Amino acid sequence: MTWLTWRQFRAQAAWVFGGVAVFAAVLAATGPRLAELHRTAGDQFFQLLSSSYDDLYLLGALLVRAVPAVIGVFWGAPLVARELETGTHRLVWNQSVTRTRWLAAKLGLVGLAAVAATGLLTLATSWWCVPIDQAIAHGGDAPGFPDRLSRMIFDSRGVVPVGWAALAFTLGVAVGIVLRRTVPAMAATLAGLAVAEGVMSILVRPMLIAPDKVTVPITADNLQGLRNGALSVDFDRHSAWVVAERTLDAAGQPVPLPPAFTNCMQSGGDPNVCGAVLGKLGYRQETTFHPAGHFWPLQWAETGLLLALALLIAALCLRWVRRQPA
Amino acid sequence: MTAVLRAQGLGKRYKQRWALADCRLEIPAGRVVGLVGPNGAGKSTLLNLAAGMLTPTTGTIEVCGGRPGDGAAQLAKVGFVAQDTPTYAGLSIEDHFRLGARLNPGWDDRLARDRIRRLGLDPAQRAGSLSGGQRAQLALTLGVAKCPELLLLDEPVAALDPLARSRFLDDLTEAAAELELSVVLSSHLVADLERACDHLVVLVGSRVRMAGDIDELLTAGQQLTGRRPTLEDLVLTALEETR
Repeated sequence: MTWLTWRQFRAQAAWVFGGVAVFAAVLAATGPRLAELHRTAGDQFFQLLSSSYDDLYLLGALLVRAVPAVIGVFWGAPLVARELETGTHRLVWNQSVTRTRWLAAKLGLVGLAAVAATGLLTLATSWWCVPIDQAIAHGGDAPGFPDRLSRMIFDSRGVVPVGWAALAFTLGVAVGIVLRRTVPAMAATLAGLAVAEGVMSILVRPMLIAPDKVTVPITADNLQGLRNGALSVDFDRHSAWVVAERTLDAAGQPVPLPPAFTNCMQSGGDPNVCGAVLGKLGYRQETTFHPAGHFWPLQWAETGLLLALALLIAALCLRWVRRQPA
Repeated sequence: MTAVLRAQGLGKRYKQRWALADCRLEIPAGRVVGLVGPNGAGKSTLLNLAAGMLTPTTGTIEVCGGRPGDGAAQLAKVGFVAQDTPTYAGLSIEDHFRLGARLNPGWDDRLARDRIRRLGLDPAQRAGSLSGGQRAQLALTLGVAKCPELLLLDEPVAALDPLARSRFLDDLTEAAAELELSVVLSSHLVADLERACDHLVVLVGSRVRMAGDIDELLTAGQQLTGRRPTLEDLVLTALEETR
């Protein structure tokens, strides 16, 4: 079974691994220069970085996020759907190998390749980004380099991409078994992944481990202004991921912002001046956030959840394929 | 006489429609069986049930002493060439042989290569570039070289021109005799079966109408009418009785 799986898969494998190798080569060529600059530039690091490093940083983030989707769409969805569509399942299911073993071999080999390709890519990207992460962690002001805890970057770092690759691949296979057509299965897989990623980053990830909470009195100094109609207050935690914020009155109850303040801000007032009103009322700002130290615990928790989901879907695939009418 | 296929009360329903109902059938070993009937009579359904590609809604079916599709050993005993003779378009004939060799413990590689050589095909050719008849021959070769006890063929000649059709059938009878295979072959054309088969099963409207050795059926027909009927007459009578 391994031979047949490999024979059917090798061309698709070459494309993805080729792409990963090319990008890894670009990172390998530019990484040492980045590390050198970090050693010598000190506080001037981000000022001295040319914009091509910023482009590479964002491109890398995009690629690491895209590869699991590509794997789900181009490796996962056609894996069984193409056989069902072209009728070759009736050839291969009538050899002396059970459907369960047939699919298990496919899931095993291609799944392993999916994890390996994404693992290599995230390893290379994370290595390349080490100087930038260190500079951000030491308080550097880094315009154009979003923090690794941010929604934009989190899924492109550490071990999480491997979890996404496993989920995307098995999801693609499952959708292919259900829809029995390659192209609709590819589209549905992509849509499903977009939804899954949204649900994960907005609803699930903030709660994967208990976030921290701080309440600080609002003062003229820490008030930064309005963000999306709510107050933004500096609570003195560097590169934290803010999950929720609310304003409390002197009694500790959540309150809307007083009109005196919003009017003052809307008429173009300085936050520091307008904010004096809030300080006098004894208002405080409660912020729920994940500190920088939660990066790895969140990474492992999300990866574990994704891998568990992938295993569950793989088990469903095996079950469905056993019952699949020809 | 051992039965290679035994069905009792066998039925298969798709949503509201019964594709096969209350099928009672016993097919002796060592025959080349023609399964004949109009389109939609349930021929494909019966063959797919026998291969384990479908599971019955009612009743039981036993093939080569086991439940169809139940484990690798059972799969090894039954060869199935599905309708439209599917092959992997991107793989060469050679690749198909490697597939056969790796997925079947009883694979006879020499048999497969001899057949393809006799047919004048180049093993390096991709299946996607073969003609319909050549593809059917490749699918048949895979089915035969697996060395099953029973070979099921679902309308294998439907897509072939008359010449390819007669070659395919001659080839099949030869292989069956040589390897002592039991074969069940479906078609809606009696002429196809006449040259290849020695046993006949007539399916009409999802039910079995007639089953038996062709010689015996013809003799029985002769006793009834005083004149030895042709196979065509016999089948037509069976079909018309149901009107």
